[in-house]
Amino acid sequence: MHRINLLGAALVFAAAPALAQAQKSPYADYQRMAAENAPIELYELGGEELWKKKQGPRNVSLEGCDLGQGPGVLKGAYAGLPRYFADAGRVMDLETRLLYCMTTLQGRSREEAAKRVFGNADRASEMEHLSAYIARQSNGMKIAPGSSHPKEREAYELGRSLFFHRAGPWDFSCATCHGEAGKRIRMSDLPKLNDPKYAAPLMATWPAYRVSTSSFVTLQWRMNDCYRQMRMPEPLYGSDTTVALITFMTVTAAGETYRGPAIKR
Amino acid sequence: MNSARRILLQRASLLAAGLAAGLLRPLASLAAWNKDAFGAKASADALKALGATGAAPSAGIAIEAPDIAENGAVVPIEVSSNLPGTTAIAVLVEKNPFPLAGKFNFAEGALPYVKLNVKLGETSEVRVIAWAGGKTFAASKEVKVTIGGCGG
Amino acid sequence: MAAGPMKTRATQGAGFTEVRVLMTHPMETGLRKGPDGKLVPLHFIQNVTVKLNGKVVLESELSQAVSRNPVFTFRLKGGAKGDKIEISWLDNKGETNSTEAAVA
Repeated sequence: MHRINLLGAALVFAAAPALAQAQKSPYADYQRMAAENAPIELYELGGEELWKKKQGPRNVSLEGCDLGQGPGVLKGAYAGLPRYFADAGRVMDLETRLLYCMTTLQGRSREEAAKRVFGNADRASEMEHLSAYIARQSNGMKIAPGSSHPKEREAYELGRSLFFHRAGPWDFSCATCHGEAGKRIRMSDLPKLNDPKYAAPLMATWPAYRVSTSSFVTLQWRMNDCYRQMRMPEPLYGSDTTVALITFMTVTAAGETYRGPAIKR
Repeated sequence: MNSARRILLQRASLLAAGLAAGLLRPLASLAAWNKDAFGAKASADALKALGATGAAPSAGIAIEAPDIAENGAVVPIEVSSNLPGTTAIAVLVEKNPFPLAGKFNFAEGALPYVKLNVKLGETSEVRVIAWAGGKTFAASKEVKVTIGGCGG
Repeated sequence: MAAGPMKTRATQGAGFTEVRVLMTHPMETGLRKGPDGKLVPLHFIQNVTVKLNGKVVLESELSQAVSRNPVFTFRLKGGAKGDKIEISWLDNKGETNSTEAAVA
């Protein structure tokens, strides 16, 4: 049963030859114009407000939050994530770290702070606004996630294993869709994410404004949505699983110049 | 109180007075909006309501739009007119349920230029009408719309 | 319901002032089904007015075919640093919002 389903799914993917690297995507003009005309700035402004807003029982803002470059330092913070945080004793990506600061600095409960982490076209979530604002501060800088601490290497290895681990009712792994170059699903490219050549431009353009849903999306959302599409159980927001996968892909993309927040289809 | 709210309250009190006196139509029609043109389901009818039937093709209208849009919900269109005395530009999406997408009226001080995002229900001609020197002119460009995948 | 954020930015181009405005609005076509399975009613911005130093320079009439959370770019003749740009919208329900900025 699983094999048949997998075969059926595989047939959905085009057997078309890979686009030559030199060939411009037919959507290049569309993407350029849509990016110029996207309301990304509104999300960044919302993020700036939220970063500075006093919240929680402790009535403090997030400005004291250390995202890896020192308390309150935003420049280069996104480009340096995920990384190991000694105070938390684990590797964290941006959203996981923000949640940590919301609970420890602002005194908010995890339940309250993580209640609505994925927004919609009408209203972005706090995390989405913050991600847009913070990511902007890394625009133009080299992607350089932590990779020297043992826990960081562990997260990378876990991410790599998870990337190839087949599970769920369709026996899918990330690699099922993202493990081979030149694949697409309908008209969307499926980048080979364990290959720096393809991972780099991808990781350089998250978080992003998603044109098809007029909403702003982050990597935690993408992990969640991929798992949903694979018919896997829903991952916990900021879980070791999601952080490990994000670490794996970010390390694979290391060295690339970050150019987000960007747009996606 | 912010200015938007102030404007709304001013309008509301004027409106209340006007309605009481039976003099005013609803708020929405205080600003000009060509109901017949926007309500037209066929391009020809929209053009007729705009008074643009028989608009002459002109190279003086520039339309920049992608040849292929990855997503029909947001299609960026940039239009401008170099025809002297351009006072307005209208954008129509031929195959949309209601073709007229917008009409931009330029007063003294504005250039005949606009960039906006429109929805395209399907592959369609994007037709642009310019009013200049008492006449109407037209140009068009086809934009293809494809269905995307599930990622990104 | 309070209107969502709106922002405008005006910068000087070659002989013109470029005005970019970002609006928050669902621009519902009336053809979309909401999460409850019912059609979401028509709700869209019908008019956008641009003023330069208090004087109306541009009036736009829009349809529900303009994309959700509209972004417009306009160009104004001349315009000097510090000039005031004010942009307001009115939708089919009579709701409004506005924002202003100085030309940079």
